[in-house]
Amino acid sequence: MTLRVEDLHKSFGGVQAVAGVSLEVAAGELVALIGPNGAGKSTCFNMLNGQLRPDRGRVVLKGEDITGLPPRAVWRRGVGRTFQITATFASMSVLENVQMALLSHRRRLFDLWRPVAREDPAEALALLARVGMQAQAGRPCGVLAYGDLKRVELAIALANAPALLLMDEPTAGMAPAERVALMELTARIARDSGIAVLFTEHDMDVVFAHADRILVLDRGRPIAEGRPAEVRADARVREVYLGTGATHGGH
Amino acid sequence: MFENLLVQGLSGLASASSLFLVASGLTVIFGVTRIVNFAHGSLYMLGAYLAWTLVTNLPRGHFGFWGGVLAAALIVGVVGVLIEVLLLRRIYKAPELFQLLATFGVVLIVQDLALMIWGPQDLLGPRAPGLRGATEILGVRFPLYELFLIFVGPVVLGLLWLLFHRTRWGTRVRAATADREMVGALGVNQRLLFTTVFFLGACLAGLGGALQLPRESVNLQMDLAIIAEAFVVVVIGGLGSLPGAFLAALLIGQMQAFGILIFPKITLVLAFLVMAVVLILRPYGLLGRPPASAHAAQVVEPPYPPPSPAFRALGLATVAVALLLPPFLGDFALIVFTEIAIMVLFAASLHFIMGPGGMASFGHAAYFGLGAYGAALLVKHVAAPMEIGLLAAPFAAGLAGVVFGWFCVRLSGVYAAMLTLAFAQIAWSAAFQWVELTGGDNGILGVWPSDWARNKLAYYYLALLLCLGATLLLRRAIMAPFGYALRAGRDSPLRAEAIGMDGFRIRWVAFILAAVAAGIAGGLFAYAKGSVFPTYMAIPRSVDALLMVLLGGVQTLSGPIVGALAYTWIHEQLMRLFELWRLLLGAVILLLVLFFPQGLAGAAQRAAEKRA
Repeated sequence: MTLRVEDLHKSFGGVQAVAGVSLEVAAGELVALIGPNGAGKSTCFNMLNGQLRPDRGRVVLKGEDITGLPPRAVWRRGVGRTFQITATFASMSVLENVQMALLSHRRRLFDLWRPVAREDPAEALALLARVGMQAQAGRPCGVLAYGDLKRVELAIALANAPALLLMDEPTAGMAPAERVALMELTARIARDSGIAVLFTEHDMDVVFAHADRILVLDRGRPIAEGRPAEVRADARVREVYLGTGATHGGH
Repeated sequence: MFENLLVQGLSGLASASSLFLVASGLTVIFGVTRIVNFAHGSLYMLGAYLAWTLVTNLPRGHFGFWGGVLAAALIVGVVGVLIEVLLLRRIYKAPELFQLLATFGVVLIVQDLALMIWGPQDLLGPRAPGLRGATEILGVRFPLYELFLIFVGPVVLGLLWLLFHRTRWGTRVRAATADREMVGALGVNQRLLFTTVFFLGACLAGLGGALQLPRESVNLQMDLAIIAEAFVVVVIGGLGSLPGAFLAALLIGQMQAFGILIFPKITLVLAFLVMAVVLILRPYGLLGRPPASAHAAQVVEPPYPPPSPAFRALGLATVAVALLLPPFLGDFALIVFTEIAIMVLFAASLHFIMGPGGMASFGHAAYFGLGAYGAALLVKHVAAPMEIGLLAAPFAAGLAGVVFGWFCVRLSGVYAAMLTLAFAQIAWSAAFQWVELTGGDNGILGVWPSDWARNKLAYYYLALLLCLGATLLLRRAIMAPFGYALRAGRDSPLRAEAIGMDGFRIRWVAFILAAVAAGIAGGLFAYAKGSVFPTYMAIPRSVDALLMVLLGGVQTLSGPIVGALAYTWIHEQLMRLFELWRLLLGAVILLLVLFFPQGLAGAAQRAAEKRA
């Protein structure tokens, strides 16, 4: 099992944001974490990627306990991330963005001498080719279309050959056609390279079309888990999304 | 004994009141406009000068004195409105450093205007009618005017509280302090609000200055002396917090009163030490809150464009001139050339953390000065030769970079600028007050090069070699993975951390490298001048560095070089040709901030891009 999460808890002040979430993601598998606004998805995610320290519970990656490590240490152990709002280095080209991840992976960030321009671009270009961004390698990230930025983020996330990809709302802000393309690309890469993928998502079409399994949260607690067809049929899930869920569902 | 302590405490309270008047205006202005007004000390000084003129010309008596004081405060308020309408209104959206610099430009202009109008001599005002004498407190005489001042602070605080909580205008000011965007969205006339807030803040500063008239002489050094203390008070209290400013003013007032008794040697350092400690423990001050939208302030910087062939040719030509021309120059020109070479490195070292690092330093002179003192102290105390001195310079500066940098790189924006300023002031005060070690204000003389470098031409080549070499190394580092990592942390701290970068360590190392480079420049400067003085670490020298970098353009590679060349030349010409060079320099700063925010190299680049 690539990722095993056991009984995560987190509260802010008196509010229990996450209570008793456990999940597993296997290599090559896409698992979606869904739920109405305020269900605890982001809190859960931030405990996995190191941004938040859980009050209780464990995060185990490939058998190693990574609970409470800072984000950069989590990354070093093989966890790539994409963000809900893309985060790239706007003053650098697409190629340089990917090269930064590679340089960090090789622990060469404190090199004061060898110009980055003289690095062999082959590996970074190969990563960009995997996400279909090779042709735009020389463009500054600051001028890219949003969908293209998402692809660059994916290439960056793949740079340290991750075992696990954490994608927070991967298709947020994209046109419907682009969403399908990006998720198909992600699924293909995950299966080809045996990467476990955990993602949160608002677009239910994307979730039911691409997730192998789905975990549904409500008010910090898991209420359903299973294959898309099972989750779709679950009465409690229907209630949360269509019925009484609206009273605490936020916007 | 107890009586003496009491009197000491009371006079601490009196100073706290004066300090609070200035700091309250500063903090209210910051709260609403987010501008740290360096010129606030100048408004205070103007208040004192104007009060002197009015009070000495009006008929003696209560009306003449108090009327003069109040009129002075109101006139200063109008001056504040002029500054807001003509200058600050245009730069509310500019980066913090530009705003700091612009208001520093005003400081320079006001200094020369005051010199023109009132002359260089200290002016003594009359004492306050009705408060001339002294009273006895536990058998010790205490001046009545001081007693009066003690009450001014709390009264003003109370009036301000009423103003902010009992009037519509005050409610708007408080709302704008909490969330400026929201207040704008709700349809409040922001322009009018900002202007009136500036009027109030300026009046308070003017009043603070005017009320000093019976206490001390009016002079041209009042502005920077008070602004440094007011910054300390406002930062300790929390930027934008009025009660915080009051609390901090009490703290600093008492510390200075008792500091003289307990640590007479480090009174100047004490305030800045407290500020540094507070910022480290509570980064937003005692009663301050973290800025509401720190993430929204993210600026997108363009990539470094490759140099155009014309630009490259110009660069080579400059190096050729620097190498080939000097043998044909006289001593004076050689001195200027040497200084320019040193300033290029000084500017490049600051640019290293400001450009790629995106960090604001308002106290870079500390490392320049510590480099100079590192060398000079060895000369003075162990008669070390120049070679050793020049090695010690970057070492001393680098050591300070290790310590100061560890704190500074944790903060950002105005707070980082204030902390760097605090550390620079600590270094400056140490050099100024630790007379046994540093010679104090008299500096250290006789810091001469070794025999082989004593000739001006030889020393020029030595300076050129070291400065050009170090500048090129910094440039190389910017293009190497380290420089990219630094930029990565500036562009997106979130992404940088998510690909395994330790942003803190990267910025820290950059800070240290910049300090080392500035130290080399400072060491060379010491031997070029043959002496070192505390002014090497003073605020104006830090501003020099900032101006050079901003004049050249922060987000260009060649910016610091172009900036240092242009600035040193302009400075030299202004000082040589004009009596009122500060006024002109201030005007140059304002022009730069208003019309060339990308700097000269940036503007040239834009022009080239347009043609292409």
